[in-house]
Amino acid sequence: MIPLIEEEVVNRKQWVSKDEMLDLIAIAQSCPGVFAINIATFIGYKLKKRRGAIATTIGTALPSFLIILLIAIFFHQFEDNRIVAAIFKGIRPAVVALIAVPTFNMAKRAQLNKWTIWIPIISALLIWLLGVSPIWVIIAAVIGGYIWGTMRGES
Amino acid sequence: MIFLYLFLTFFEIGLFGFGGGYGMLSLIQNESVEHWHWLSSSEFTDIVAISQMTPGPIGINSATYCGYTAVKNAGFSMPMAVLGSATATFALVLPSLILMILISKMFMKYMHTRTVTSVFTALRPAVVGLLAAATLLLCTQENFSTPKEDLWQFCISCILFAASFYGVKIMKINPIHMILLSAVAGLILFYE
Repeated sequence: MIPLIEEEVVNRKQWVSKDEMLDLIAIAQSCPGVFAINIATFIGYKLKKRRGAIATTIGTALPSFLIILLIAIFFHQFEDNRIVAAIFKGIRPAVVALIAVPTFNMAKRAQLNKWTIWIPIISALLIWLLGVSPIWVIIAAVIGGYIWGTMRGES
Repeated sequence: MIFLYLFLTFFEIGLFGFGGGYGMLSLIQNESVEHWHWLSSSEFTDIVAISQMTPGPIGINSATYCGYTAVKNAGFSMPMAVLGSATATFALVLPSLILMILISKMFMKYMHTRTVTSVFTALRPAVVGLLAAATLLLCTQENFSTPKEDLWQFCISCILFAASFYGVKIMKINPIHMILLSAVAGLILFYE
């Protein structure tokens, strides 16, 4: 999605410069929420303050919303169709694999060392086996990272 | 009441959904499947499949689908269900909107400080854990069947899982092509 946004916003409409765009991408990626929405809000706010932000946010969310709404309305009617059922039985294991792949890719990008390797393992086990909410894991990671950051800053 | 729960849940997901679409996935799964039972684990997997094939972000797609299905399953009419999907989608987007405006307004200068960097040093590995948990939680009977229930489906499912993993991770096949291939395999092998 990034190249698409860049082409439209930097090259064609020239709403932000290329350097600004790099900054925006970095911030939007590190903030919570849907990445495309974050970027859209930033650009909208930059151009026309609050009203611009609301406009770009709605604009980004609306196409997906409408497509999925249509699918949600009609999918239930086809669910019991034998052909659709067979197709989805084949798709489901593949989708689980599609989620497994980025797990490994992100692990590589997070540059885990002998100290940080325990964070994903313990987080996964807490959520998977003990049913802990991922939200608590995120809160714990934020607090832990903050404490570690302050301690490192002082020494 | 269900509208209020939908709003609060997806607001929470929007607020804590770090690490992009995949990071958000485990939050959505935990809330909508494990906690509220708005979706079955196979319905959730179907949404992920649909999200891979449609251009939109997975977060928006799940919120829209979940809002519709949850209200529909609670026994309301279709217009109410549409309102439910709008509620969930709006709630998911709202924290981004507020947060991004705040950052644009005043926190831009804090984004590159040492403290923020350290927070992300801990957050990134945690998101890896979230994603691993999502994968493990999706290895269910509904998605794979069991040797006892249907040995044929179980074996084929495992093969499809392994083939898709190998295809996307090692051979770098486009995920959408992989989904289409497994759809064809499903049609040939599971049609009865």
